Amino acid sequence: MTAAALQRTPLNEIHRASGAKMVDFGGWDMPVQYSGLIDEHNTVRTAVGVFDVSHMGEIEVRGPEAFRLVDHATTNAVAKLKDGQAQYSGLLYEHGGFVDDILVHKVSDSSYFLCVNASNQEKDFEHIRTLNTFDCEVEFAGPKYAQIAIQGPKALGVAQKLTDTELSGIKYYWFRDGVFGGVPARIARTGYTGEDGFEIYVAPEHAVSVWKAIMDAGKDVGIKPCGLGARNTLRLESKMALYGHEIGASISPLEADLAWIVKFDKGDFVGRDALLKQKEKGLSRKLAGFEMRGRGIGRDGYEVLMEGKAAGWVTSGSPAPTLGKNIGLCYLPVGKAGTGEKIEIVIRNQAVEAETVPTPFYKRPQ
Amino acid sequence: MNYPENFRYTKEHEWVSLEGDTATVGITYHAQSELGDIVYVDLPKVGATLEIGKSFGSVESVKAVSDIYAPIAGEVTEINDALSTAPEKLNEDPHGAAWLIKAKVASATDFNNLMTAADYQSYVGAES
Repeated sequence: MTAAALQRTPLNEIHRASGAKMVDFGGWDMPVQYSGLIDEHNTVRTAVGVFDVSHMGEIEVRGPEAFRLVDHATTNAVAKLKDGQAQYSGLLYEHGGFVDDILVHKVSDSSYFLCVNASNQEKDFEHIRTLNTFDCEVEFAGPKYAQIAIQGPKALGVAQKLTDTELSGIKYYWFRDGVFGGVPARIARTGYTGEDGFEIYVAPEHAVSVWKAIMDAGKDVGIKPCGLGARNTLRLESKMALYGHEIGASISPLEADLAWIVKFDKGDFVGRDALLKQKEKGLSRKLAGFEMRGRGIGRDGYEVLMEGKAAGWVTSGSPAPTLGKNIGLCYLPVGKAGTGEKIEIVIRNQAVEAETVPTPFYKRPQ
Repeated sequence: MNYPENFRYTKEHEWVSLEGDTATVGITYHAQSELGDIVYVDLPKVGATLEIGKSFGSVESVKAVSDIYAPIAGEVTEINDALSTAPEKLNEDPHGAAWLIKAKVASATDFNNLMTAADYQSYVGAES
């Protein structure tokens, strides 16, 4: 794909002018790093960082039966949501594999706002539209929104300077509509870093002014723009799944250690029968966290051995800047996916020792 | 970035300098910049044979691992041990203190066949 064919967020010029290193990320021209991955990672853990995540997709479901469609299409219990609340959920195929992992925001009984992965948004939209036999409409809303994430222990203080909405009153995984940086915004206390923070949705034409306002507001606490590289190490330390790695069309939420987003007792939903069958039969593989014991980094796609035999594969692996260790996630046979298992990871034709460990690798101090 | 005039360069972003029959090999500023924060450097043993275009080691950053290819033929006479404990030096001084290996070469022909600083500069300019 040539650079000209890549999609750009409204903040593309800012990234380029600031000297960010740009990469093709699922068809989007995105900043992978600014000052340096480790520096950005540490800034988010200790102060505050800002991410352009405008490539993420949005899908809006509106109408009298919006609840029924969203509840039918997703694995989590939408009925549990109150107005202004969000939940992590799965969008599954009938066979129980992931179409995508998404955030469901309940605006009202007749209006739901879904945040979905950038490279899956067209597929997700088609999938949900196909399921729509209800009295509601489904809108492909990605082009209506830019999204900026402000993440880190100082995020609240920085964000509060830019809005009259009382941000400390928004609990984790809740959101409110208000004015942010002088423009209408959806302010959600969500994130993909394991830190406190906010994800701000604004109209694309306001993205630049809001970005600049955030950078200004955070100047005195050392705010830094961050790229997708740091976003990946931050989410991995916190064991948040990444589509195409921990989850995908051939992986179920039960295997991915995401049983908590599957609510069998809520009634029928797409993928329920397949998951029930899987549960009854017993899983064959499960996601496990590991730490390298030998020298090396077990990376995405590397083979995992147990007692010298092929046992699974690495889904994500990286140095963990906060922990000073090399960590990763991998699929292992279900009976051997507990903690304390000795495994070996094949790194450039050499089996290197590693051990399964409890996850998340990192949990922020409360 | 200024690429030293007395070095020669490869399309895989290695650099070579030559003094007598001793070549010094490293990776370029562009290479370390593309890789980002470097966490491991794997180098061959002294005495290893370098074959042009064959991988003789690797450099690994937080986000990726990259092979290093021999720009010249020869025999490794010295490796930069400091990089095993301080790989981040490759990000700081790739054309200087963070050289990778020194090798004894049979002739200067290989060296002269590589890109000049000006050629390399326009090559990475075109690439990015």
